[in-house]
Parts: sequence; C-alpha cells; structure tokens
Amino acid sequence: MAKRYSAFGLFREGLRGHSGWQPAWRSPSPKPRYDAIIIGGGGQGLATAYYLAKNHGMTNVAVLEKSWLGGGNTGRNTTTIRSNYFYPESVALYDFALKLYEGLSRELNYNIMLSQRGVVTVSHSDAEMEMAARLVNAMQINGTDAELLDRDGVLAKAPLLNRTDQARYPIFGGTWQGRAGVARHDAVAWGYARAADGFGVDIIQNCEVTGFLIESGRCVGVETSLGEIRADATGLAVAGHSGVLAAKAGFQLPIRSYSLQAMVSEPVKPCLDTVVLYLGTGTYLFQSDKGEIVVGGGLDRVPSYAQRGNPPMQQTVISGMLEMFPSFGQLKMLRQWAGIVDVVPDSSPIIGPSPLPGLYLNCGWGTGGFKSIPAGGWLLAHLMVTGEHHEISRPFDLDRFVTGRLVDEAAGSGIAH
Amino acid sequence: MQLFSCPFCGPRDETEFLFAAEAGKTRPEPAADVSAERWSEYLYLGGNPRGATREIWQHLTCGEFFAMERDTVTHVVSVSHSLRGEEA
Amino acid sequence: MTARRVTDSGRPLAFSFDGRPYEGREGDTIASALLANGVRVVGRSFKYHRPRGIYGAWTEEPNAIVDVTFDGTTTPNLRATTELLKAGMDVRSVNAKPTADADRLGLLDRLSPFLPAGFYYKTFLWPDWHRFEPRIRAMAGLGRLDPSNEPPAENPMVNARCDVLVVGAGRSGLAASAEAAGAGKSVILVDDQFAPGGSMLYREVDGDARVEQAVADIARLGGRVLSRTTAYGIYDHNLVCCWERRGAQPDRQWRVRPGQIVLATGAIERPLIFADNDRPGVMSADAALFYLRRHGVLVGNRIVLAANNSRAIPIADTLREAGAHVTVADLRDGGTVDAVHGAKAVEAVTVSGKRLDADTLLMSGGYTPTVHLFCQAKGKLRYDEGIAAFVPGNPVEGVSVIGSAAGDFDDYAISPVWPKAGAKTRQWIDFQNDVTLKDVELAARENFRSVEHLKRYTTLGMATDQGKTSNMNGLAAMAAITGRTIEQTGTTTYRPPFTPVPFTVVAGRRRGELFNPVRRLALEAEHRAAGAVFREYGGWLRPAWYGKGDAADEVRREARQARDTVAIFDGSPLGKIEVFGPQAGEIVDYNSYNTISTLKPGRIRYGFMLTESGVIYDDGVTTKLADDHYVVSCSSGHVAGVVARLEEWRQDRFDPSQVFVHNLTPHWATLTACGPRAKRLVDALSLGVDLDDAALPHMGAGTGTFAGCPARIARVSFTGDRSYEVSVPAATAPALWAAMNEAGRVLDAVLMGSEALLMLRAEKGYIIAGKDTDGTTMPQDLGLSGPRDKRQGEYVGKRSLFTDNAQRQDRQQFVGLAVSDGGPALPTGAHALGSDGGQRRSAGFVTSSYDSPALGRPIALALVQRGLSRMDEEIELVHLGSVRRATITDPCAFDHDGSRLNA
Repeated sequence: MAKRYSAFGLFREGLRGHSGWQPAWRSPSPKPRYDAIIIGGGGQGLATAYYLAKNHGMTNVAVLEKSWLGGGNTGRNTTTIRSNYFYPESVALYDFALKLYEGLSRELNYNIMLSQRGVVTVSHSDAEMEMAARLVNAMQINGTDAELLDRDGVLAKAPLLNRTDQARYPIFGGTWQGRAGVARHDAVAWGYARAADGFGVDIIQNCEVTGFLIESGRCVGVETSLGEIRADATGLAVAGHSGVLAAKAGFQLPIRSYSLQAMVSEPVKPCLDTVVLYLGTGTYLFQSDKGEIVVGGGLDRVPSYAQRGNPPMQQTVISGMLEMFPSFGQLKMLRQWAGIVDVVPDSSPIIGPSPLPGLYLNCGWGTGGFKSIPAGGWLLAHLMVTGEHHEISRPFDLDRFVTGRLVDEAAGSGIAH
Repeated sequence: MQLFSCPFCGPRDETEFLFAAEAGKTRPEPAADVSAERWSEYLYLGGNPRGATREIWQHLTCGEFFAMERDTVTHVVSVSHSLRGEEA
Repeated sequence: MTARRVTDSGRPLAFSFDGRPYEGREGDTIASALLANGVRVVGRSFKYHRPRGIYGAWTEEPNAIVDVTFDGTTTPNLRATTELLKAGMDVRSVNAKPTADADRLGLLDRLSPFLPAGFYYKTFLWPDWHRFEPRIRAMAGLGRLDPSNEPPAENPMVNARCDVLVVGAGRSGLAASAEAAGAGKSVILVDDQFAPGGSMLYREVDGDARVEQAVADIARLGGRVLSRTTAYGIYDHNLVCCWERRGAQPDRQWRVRPGQIVLATGAIERPLIFADNDRPGVMSADAALFYLRRHGVLVGNRIVLAANNSRAIPIADTLREAGAHVTVADLRDGGTVDAVHGAKAVEAVTVSGKRLDADTLLMSGGYTPTVHLFCQAKGKLRYDEGIAAFVPGNPVEGVSVIGSAAGDFDDYAISPVWPKAGAKTRQWIDFQNDVTLKDVELAARENFRSVEHLKRYTTLGMATDQGKTSNMNGLAAMAAITGRTIEQTGTTTYRPPFTPVPFTVVAGRRRGELFNPVRRLALEAEHRAAGAVFREYGGWLRPAWYGKGDAADEVRREARQARDTVAIFDGSPLGKIEVFGPQAGEIVDYNSYNTISTLKPGRIRYGFMLTESGVIYDDGVTTKLADDHYVVSCSSGHVAGVVARLEEWRQDRFDPSQVFVHNLTPHWATLTACGPRAKRLVDALSLGVDLDDAALPHMGAGTGTFAGCPARIARVSFTGDRSYEVSVPAATAPALWAAMNEAGRVLDAVLMGSEALLMLRAEKGYIIAGKDTDGTTMPQDLGLSGPRDKRQGEYVGKRSLFTDNAQRQDRQQFVGLAVSDGGPALPTGAHALGSDGGQRRSAGFVTSSYDSPALGRPIALALVQRGLSRMDEEIELVHLGSVRRATITDPCAFDHDGSRLNA
C-alpha cells in the first residue's frame, strides 16, 4: 500500500531528503489471467480499474497500456470539466462526473488541482442569446447549476475580453456554469493509477494489445506484445484508437478519428480567472495555475491518426483567441500539440456492450473524455461486473444508432461540445 | 497543411477540400426493404482505418468529388483520381 | 565590476533595468548590455526564486527573461539574449519583487527541502485546493501582461515555394545554399540570428568577411537569404513555418513549401551538472566566446573554465588574450567541479578539491545537435557514443541534416560527464523551472521513469527555453539512476515551435472581419443611406430595422405598416440555386421531402429538405420554370449546404452530364413587396408581366424585364400578405431599389428589416428552420406527414423517418402558444415543464415569441412534447426559475383562412 500523502508527510520527508517515498505504482509483469482487463491506461481506463476495485471489490484486474500511462488524450487535452449540457441524459452523465471530481483529490489522496473557476460561453447576437436561455433553462430543469449572463455579466467574469463595438463577434451575453472548471490532467491519471495500484490492480505499461482471444463467440482475453492474457471481462478505453481495436475484434464503430490540437503561451501573471468559450470563434481558453494561457478550438478537417497539429486550424484558433482577447497578442506560443479524438455522429460517448460478448466499450468521447473520466470509469466498471447498464449509461449504448435515439447536443442546443 | 490533388485542378492546400466519406458505400434502397441495422450501418459505421485508406473527397472550389488513397498516420497521399465513369 | 567591455564601438544607448539607469551600445542585445554593465542578477527562478544570471547567448537562454517597455508599450517575457537593445528601453526582471537583486520571495529557497518536484500533488488536499490556488497562481507566471497593449493585426503571411530551403546560415548552411543555388536550384536560406554566419562569426578567423562573401555568392546565384527568421515548425508534407523579424516593420510569417529541406541548425552547448551550477556568473563557455567576439564584452576577470570537450577548452586562450585570468578545469582528466561559492555572484570555485578565487565559471558539458525540426518531421534519433549526443537516425523523405546538427563536428573529442545518482548537493538540470538532480531521483523513486513521466512530473524541459539546455542532462540523469543506457531511456517528443513565436505572427491578418468575412448585400450602401441598423443573419449583414428610434418601436412600426400598406424588403440572400438538364426534375424531387416535378411550369411549391437522418435541414420554395429548369430556394444560411448536397447527389446518383447545379444567389438581388398594396407597387415597375391573379396567382412565377435586364417575379409570401419577390441581376439592384421606393412613396410604403419580417411570419406560424425546429425535428412533427405516409420512390432521409425514434409517441411537435396568465410575451427559450417518473423534465421550449402588433397580444411558437394532440391544453413554462402559463394553439395566429394572400 502506497504511503499516504499529506502536508505533514511532505514535511517529514523534506527533513530526510525525500528518501522514503514509495513508487506511485508498481511495474508488474502480466499474469496469465485476470478477472477483468482494461485496454488503455488513460484516465478512463485507470478510473475503470479503480472503481472495479473500490465499488465492486474486484482487484484481480489489469490495465494494459500500449505506451506510458496517461500519455494519450488524458495527457493532451485542455482539462476543462463542465456539465453545461442540454439533454437530461447528458447532464446526468457529465454532472455525475463533475460531482465525483469534486471529491476526488481527497478520495484518491492525490491533489488533482480541481479548480472550479467557472466556464462562460459567450453569445454574439439576440438569436444566440435565445439559444443561451434555452440551454440555461434546460440545465436548471435538469438539476445542474447555470446562469444566463448579460454583457456586463460576461465582462465581469473576463475583463480583458474585446469590448469594442467593431469586434467581429460582439458580446451580447452568455451562459455561466460556476461549478465548472479545470484540473491537472496528469494528476487525474496518476491519482487513479496510484489508487488502483494500491488496491492491487496491475498497471502494465508498454503492453500493446494485438488481438482478441475469442472462444465460442465470446471474448476471453487478449493477445499482447507481452503474450496472451485471459480475463472474464474485457473493457476497451482507448479513445482515438477504438476503431483500430474494434477492427481486431471484428466489428465496426460509428467513430471517425480526427486530430484536435491545443497550444499554450509562455507563463504570465494571472490575467484570466475563468474558462472562456466564444461561440463565434469556436476558441476556448483559460490560464493554467502555472500562468500559461491554454487554448484550443475545433477539430482538424482531415480524418487522421497523426498526433500532430496543423497550421490552418492553428491560425484559426489563435486568430479567434486574439479576437476575444486582443491584448494576448503580446504573448507567444510556447508549445503546440495534438491528440486523436474519436468523433461520433451525435458527439456523445458510447458506453455499453460491444457486438463481441465479453468486450465492453467506453469510447466516442470526442473532445469530452477528460471531463467525464470518473463517470466513464464508474459506468464501465458497473457494466463489466454486472453485464448490465447503469441507468446513466443506458442512453449511450451502441443501439441508439439503430433506433435513432441519438443524444445530439448540437441538435438540441446548437452547441457542439 | 497537407497538399491534396484534385484530378482536375492539381495540387491544392487541404483547406480547399472536404472529406465526404470512406469509399465503397452504397445507399441501400428502397427504404421499405432496408432493415434498421442496414440503414444504421450505411449512415454511421465505417472502418476508420489507421493507415492506408480510400476515401471520397470534394474539391470545394471546383465542386468535383473524387477518390483519394492516403495514409491516415503518415499523411502520405498515394493517388487521387476522378470518379467519372466508374463506381465509387 | 567583473565583466567589462573590451572593445568599445557603437553609439551609446541609455536604458534601465529594474529601475536603475545603464548605458549600452548600438548592436547590443539586452543581455550583452547587462553583462557589459556588470549586472549579475537578471532574474529569479520560477519556483525557488533563486538569483540567476545570464547563462547563454541565444534562444537557449533559460534565465534572462524580461518585460520590456518601449515607446509606451510593454511586452512580457522577452528573452534578453535575442532582443536588440534600443535607446529608452525600460527593462524589468520577471517573477521578482521589487527587483531581481532584492527579491522578497528569495526566502523560498530556504523552504526548498519541502518543495520537491510534484510537491503540490501530495499536499493542499485539506481543506481544498481552491483555498490555496489564488496564492499559488499569483506566485507563478513569469512576466506581466499589459492590459492596454493590444497589438494590431498587421502581420503579413508569405507563401513561398523553392527547390531547397536551408535552415541555419552557419558554415554548413551557407555551403549547402551556395551549392544548391550553383546547381540552378531556387534556394531560400533562413537564419534566426541578427546576421548570417552562425559560429563562423565568433569562432573563425576572418569569419565576418568569409560569411559576407558566401552570402553575396548565394545572392548572385539567385538565392534568398532571410536573417532573423526562425524556422519554428515543420508540418504535414514538409511545410515549413518561419517567423521573420523585420525591425521597424511588422513581423512576418513565411509558409515555405520546399522540394528539399536542409537542416543546418547547429548544436547547443549543454551545462555541466554540479552543486550550485545555477549561480549568477556560471555561464556557457560558448556564450562567453560569443559575447567577447560579437559584442566586445569580456564576461569576467577571474574565470574558471570547466569543460569536457575539445571545442570548449581553447576558449580559455581567447579569453586570456582579451585580458582575463583563466584557469582551466579539464574534466577529461577526471577533474571535478565541487562547489561554487557565492549566492548572488560567483566568488570562488572549488575544482578538484582546490578552492580558486573566481568571478565567473564557464562550463561546457559538450554539444547537443539541434534536431528539433528533424524530429518534428517525424525523424527518429540515434545515440552517438562518439559525440555523446543524439543524432538524426533514419532518413526522412525530403529532409537532410548537415553539419553539427548531424553530429558532424571538426576535431571534436569529448569525455562525457553525466549526472550521477546519489546526489547529496543541489545540482540544477532545468534552470528556469528549478528541476534538480534530486528531483530526477525522486521521480525515479516514485516510478515516473518514462521520460514523458519525468518531464511531466518534474516539469523538466517545459520552461520557455523548451529544455534546450536541460533535456539531454535530464534523460542522462534518469539513465544513470535507473541503470539504463541513454538510448534506452530515449527522448521526449519535440513539439513545435522551436522557440516561442508571437501569437500575432501565427494569426497574421486573419482578424476582425477577415476572421470570418460577412456576406454583404448589393444594396448595403442604399440601406445605410435609408437608416438601416445592420445585424448578422446566417452569415449575411442585413438590415435588422430602419431608423434611429428604440429598436422595438421601429420594428413594431415596420410590422404594423407592412400589414396596412406595403413593405419593401431586401430578400437577396435567400437561395437561388438553378438546376438544369433532363434530370433536373428527378434531382429536385430526390432533394425534397415533397414531390416538386409534378408542378406545371411557372408554378412554385413549398417544401422541406431533410438530412439522411430524416431531420429537417431547411425549408424553402422550388420554382419550376420548365421541365428541365428549376430554381431551388432555401434560407440564406443554408445556401452553401444545399448547393453541396445537390452537387453531391448530382455526381453520385445522377448522370452529371444530364443535370447541372449552379448557385446564382450572389448574382441576383431580390426585393420583395408585401402587403395589401403590393400589387400596385409592383404594377408601377412595368416589368412586362401580367399581374392579374389569374395569370400570376399565389405560388406562381413569371419573367419580365426591368431596365433592360431580365426580371423574375415570384408570388411567394412569408408574411401571409400578398407578396411579390422581384429578382434582377445584382448590378441592376440599385435601379430597382430606387424604382420601388419611388413607386412606394404614394402608397405609403415602408422599408422593412429582418426583425419585423420575423415577427410577421411568426404571426402566421411559418417556421425558421433551425430556430423553430431543432436538429431532431422531422416533418411529421409539424403535422406534415403526407409524403412520409404516401410518397413512392426515394428521397433524402426517407428511411430515417421510420426508425424507432421517428415513431416515438413523445416527440416534440410544433405548435403555437397563447399566453394564459395575463403576462407579457413568453421568453424565447423558456421550457415547458413535464415529468419523467416523478422527475421534473423539459417537455419542450419556446422557439419564437413576439408581441404581435396586428393581434394586440403576445404570440409564441414552440416545440412541445405530443403538442399536436394537446390543442387547447394549458401548460406550465419556466424561465430562469419563474413560472408562466400558456395554452397550446395552432401555430397560425393570424388570418387563418389565408384570405390576405389575395387581398
């Protein structure tokens, strides 16, 4: 069991050169069989392992990570956590995640630096304000916090926003979710990994899944670069690579992979206290605790598995940011990177059994995987143990693409998340 | 910025092009004979291959739809050709 | 004074640093001027606020980050080593209060035992991170943003092609450029320094003259040399993005698409790792040579030079010749640097157990090839034992690496001296981010052993120098601690940009209206002259209303008068998509939910276009001009989309030689006359069309002439009143506008903007697709299930109208609402309340709501669950917590029998 973290522990270790800290997780060799294995050592996969152990007492579990844990989208996203969704199904899912996030640092004994600094989504016309009202009312009815802001309300949240009348996207007002915020992405992965390891879960890095073991039409484990590993239940949580693994399992998914890039500026002293999204530019940004302006926007145009950014979208995102915050033109782009996101036609996740019995899906999060990590892990764990949906995950089953019961936020609120 | 080649206009920046679909899909008809599963497959499913792929793209500036073979990891474009006079 | 200027030339330039006045020389960088003035402490480290001096000479500099105010404008986080000094610059250190020399937070260094790498993950758990965060944020960050400095969008972008792009104008780059240009190739040579030449300028005899000759040769052969131009990123298909600094003119971005990229980016000297190697006065040996030869600044009087390689050791002689006392600690012979004495400046150094008085310690741990761009181009690295560094491994198509960037050094011998496990002292690896050897050991102990984990856990290499001096030592330390080789340990991913690039350069001129240009009406000037207030609708800038009065009053005035007399409305953005050819009828039928082709020529039909998911994409009218000629209209925001879908089906489903789609929307202007006097107004235009209702009934079309041009006239109504849409070529629009206004004068006509039209159509219950429908609305939700139930043959979206979801009983359906609580108009966006198993749920929402001038009461349109079967039912609505009541009605609230269409 890993040593508990605390200010006192830090002080005590400080007096003896920090020689007493234990590994945050072990690096075990895989056993030939487990009760459950999860493919993908990102936030979703690690959270699934943690909740298998914590909620269901299932500790004979392995997480198989192709590379280093937390190195996929968990370590590449822009870390926003929010539940400002239109449909009750979406709010139930993302607000569940947000509530779990709210207690997560202490639960995991790992500071994930959840900063509930609020998200403001800015509208630029009367028509967009009407849509904002539609969204805020829906959120309030669905039981999450939401406010409708007027122009002054928006400017109070982010005083450096472009106030000029000549702005391409004038500020009419916006929506506000105060409980939303950001967290330290690596810490979420590491915190879950450490806690899962503490329960005895094997986290196996540099272990690539190359195929599925299928007996009598059922998935009974996986073939990996480290050999065969068997399990009663297998969970898939590999984000942008879901289609690749689905192909190995013999089915297709309604997913297309795209690059999503993000950038940070050099650090500056605090100048932006919330997360800001402009509907007009599609750019969103916040300032990290370190002082960097973290900025992102839309997907690249070309379906791709290359984890690299691309100048056209880079220019769109940065131009958009400068439309919003003209003074940020004094700053410089320090670093730019990209992740591969798994985009589903209705931009909602897929959680549920796969067409291959014994294999369960957690994918299709698109740009929303990070904010839902605790819920995604909780729900996949429930599914893997019981074989049945949790009520929150039921609407997100793969069958919705046959019944037509999509959960399409863009259709409802006009905002594609 | 990738360079794609329109069979009519030649190489242009990727921003002039729109991804339409993976090649090889045929719209199932008539509607009354199409099962919900088959329709769903047509509308939503795809191979989404990592690596070599064959896709239908549109060159927005001239409007032409054409086939392109490329690699989704390396972004190497091997060939693009007109769809006139053949099946997609 | 320790450092001094030994060759004094150039005009004096006055500047200040941390409030104290100094004098530099023209040609100085901020860094060389500070050094020449003997300024030792130029900044504080990010975490421990350790005093720091200038370490390097160029983009690798980790310490000398400054905020600069010049000409009234402040720019944060400039690197003192790469900024030219200008007279009057006010330079301030970052992350220090009040000055770098006397920083109050310097005390934090004493707490460093309790602030190791990642300490924040282990604490601030109680009571809550939120309590600590504001104070942590205030302490973090480097420079300070100047809220009043809003740089204009004036940075051009240049697209260029060439046969060969050479990056780096050192000896290798110059030679490669000359060779390629000599072979008849078009060449662009970019170099980020103030002048081409690289290390030739300070390492070679007569370097200046030889560089000048080489540059002249390249120019003579047609090559182009861009100085102060940083190639910062290689992107797909070898597109190279470069940042050019042009002095007084705005910086430029170059996007170069070369046939071949030649990387001659040189190598960066790395520090040695020993106790307190971060003290002010501990510098790069190469930088010392640079400052001496390029700026005439000798960085110290009593210098100790510690080095492990043959490239650095000879620097001692040069410094001696310049007048310094230099002691060499040759680490190739097993020498060690044991201690650096002095806090804010080097006072003495203990080398191999012997204490030496010194004011400066120069160090060289070897040279690391600058392979960033090669790796961005997906190149893989190989560890070269001979030079103790990573060098390009596999070849990358279109990219070659030459010179020291490829590890190709002249007469270079090195005895690697890497960090060792078991450090008892504080030895800095990443200066700016305060990552020490102990932090790397802690990371290893806690199993953050992957280099990516090491980077993220300790922040090694994540500072604004992007690890140019720290990455190699960091991974070597991890290798030593974990017993792996350096090659096994590997490197982290190299990400663009090579060095921080101004956001303004990335954005270029794509700002303001150019960010996303609005579409403008042919008659914009006329509308402005008539007092129009413009708003953006569907990407078009259109008159919202006319007049300077209160917006609501003006809109009501227009709406009322449109019902009483006649209104003139600019409907030009409405789609006008021509479909020609023998298969024209088939394609417009396939495109539409309603069958179109059964119309008689000269007649018009209203209908929906669905997506393949069965959802209403748009509504609009299609006119049949002839059996092989149709005009498809659609809402202004959907024109491009409708053209795209028609074109897609044309090519995919029909014979493209038998049907053509042509978007004439921008080519034609449309002015609509609507209202009881509309016919009289249009009559006065003398279009040569028989306006008799028998000849031109409602939903009829005709063609005439206006001012010698063809004029199309269509009786389509979006207000419920008699209406005529008159379309002429855009160039003729001003004449039509004038004629209609002239004709309208005696009829008491009114100019009507979009807001009044929105109100009038709502009175009639006419939808705006996307406003009164959402992305789930199907035609049967509007009570229009005829084609779904009866139509034979295929059309877009047909199958999806029969999914489980399409047959749900609780679908939201389009209805009207009448306020029943005596209150004002319902707020648009208010939700109808329902419940689901006792849980409060939305049962739909108000999509449009107005105070109708014609009816003298509020009206509203809404999507309500099962609304079509709940007529006259009273429902509850909620808006921002307050509850309203309304009765479900037919959407049409005005002129139910449509008699006004022909009135």
